[in-house]
Amino acid sequence: MRPSKLSLTASYGALILISAMFVIPFVWLIRSSLMNLSQIFTMPPEWIPKPFQWSNFHKALTVLPFDVFFKNTLIIVVTVLVGTVITSSIGAFGFSRIQWKGRDTVFAILMTSMMLPAAVTIIPSFLGWQALGFYDTLYPLIVPAYFGGGIFNIFLLRQFYLTIPRDFDEAAFVDGANYWQIYTRLIFPLSRSAIIVVALFSFLASWNDFMGPLIYLKSDSLFTLALGLQMFQGTYTAQWDLLMAASATVVLPCVIVFLAGQRYFLEGITLTGLKG
Amino acid sequence: MRKGMFYGLLFTAPAILGFAIFTLGPMIASLVLSLTNYNVFQDQTSFVGLDNFVRLFSGKDELFYKSLGITFYFVVLRVPAVILISFGIALLLNLNVKGRAIFRTIIYLPSIVPAVASAMIWMWLLNPDLGLINSLLSRLHLPTSDWLYGESSVIPSVVLTTLWGIGSTVIIFLAGLSGIPRQYYEAIEVDGGGWFRKLSHVTVPMVTPTIFFNTIMTIIGSFQVFNEAYILTQGGPNNRSLFYVFYLWRTGFRDAEMGYASALAWILFIIILFFTFIVFRTSKSWVYYEGGDRA
Repeated sequence: MRPSKLSLTASYGALILISAMFVIPFVWLIRSSLMNLSQIFTMPPEWIPKPFQWSNFHKALTVLPFDVFFKNTLIIVVTVLVGTVITSSIGAFGFSRIQWKGRDTVFAILMTSMMLPAAVTIIPSFLGWQALGFYDTLYPLIVPAYFGGGIFNIFLLRQFYLTIPRDFDEAAFVDGANYWQIYTRLIFPLSRSAIIVVALFSFLASWNDFMGPLIYLKSDSLFTLALGLQMFQGTYTAQWDLLMAASATVVLPCVIVFLAGQRYFLEGITLTGLKG
Repeated sequence: MRKGMFYGLLFTAPAILGFAIFTLGPMIASLVLSLTNYNVFQDQTSFVGLDNFVRLFSGKDELFYKSLGITFYFVVLRVPAVILISFGIALLLNLNVKGRAIFRTIIYLPSIVPAVASAMIWMWLLNPDLGLINSLLSRLHLPTSDWLYGESSVIPSVVLTTLWGIGSTVIIFLAGLSGIPRQYYEAIEVDGGGWFRKLSHVTVPMVTPTIFFNTIMTIIGSFQVFNEAYILTQGGPNNRSLFYVFYLWRTGFRDAEMGYASALAWILFIIILFFTFIVFRTSKSWVYYEGGDRA
């Protein structure tokens, strides 16, 4: 569309206004995290901290063992990411580059799990993990990633694999390669960008997960950042300066990861319609 | 190719096993549980047939209807808001403006913020006494609100907080818009049609598949809202934000009535299936697919 000058100006105005509305909560978070309590409550509100109260971060992160929460979160994020990437790419390979009877039917059945509300499976899953003695451990949050890595991710990678010409495999077969070699030496390396998308989504999903840790973890020593932050809120309800410092700390890593991989993120969402 | 079956199953085995263990198994177990009175605190568990469902619908459980009503209200309020606003933003982003990438990043960014952190930020922004929003409103001599603490304002407030995370829907719309061929617009320009005609005759019909997709995804997501209820309101004030999944969680994990909670879960599943089906059915009359009608 070739908009007129007037409508272009109006559009800029609207976009700037909307962007401001999306940005202000971040600004409010940062400014509050760097103020002392009396300045934070000043009416009308001030935007610039005076002085910058950097000690908020130190205080917020030491009153509760955030280092432990961070370590737990990191363990989950890294192991889940590895499991997701490996098993979803293997699965996608089996659903796209190998011909076998019933393949597409099996894939369609697996796809139905995307429609299923988590609420339906959460109680039996919980009871199952509990019966196996894994309640209040990190296993329930990690192990499922090693079983397929999520149908969303398989779908995304499968779409990508389907765009790679078949001749590649044929040629490799003629050279005496087997399926495993074709997967590890050819298809996996060729799909780097799609793999990055899966890795990024996996990172975000486990970094942001709240319900999983809430249900499976009981001991503070196993808590993730999300649970720690929630616990923090329960304990220091009125300490908005510390609450905001703690929140900023939980937000920052995922903002950094997003900005680093933004091109892949936007591509991935467009590809799958996946909700971030 | 030789041994295709063997290798095919080998490569897909983790996914198939995962589906059996973490989806199919629990689904069947959940259905069975919903027919029992399983309660973690009680020793005896017995098969009670449809008792749980009778108890739900008989009106004895007021909170069931209440949470259902609240969730419907939330869905009815949120789905059109999400679709209209994200479509509007996508239209703006689709224009040939400079700095598109920056605007797009800004609008997407909040959707990656962890739910707990986003809840903290909004509780602070919407704080009735100290929050930025009320303070701005009162300076503009506009009425302020109790937001999350008001019985009538709590649900709209939760909708508002979730609108901040609209970014991924916007991106999907943007992808749909960028797929519209230019010639269609040029044809309308030749006919002397303006902005509105382009929107109503080309843009909207051409993105109906995307509208359809986003609507379904937003409905499914809205029925399942949990984090906001748990973190922002704990169902309050006075159970006015007792979202369905929050009630389900409370029944199962706080009151330990796992059998009854499983029945609640199945009702939700059926409701979601029903609405998805309805949208699918009606889509035939309003979703336009270029090159034929494949639904």
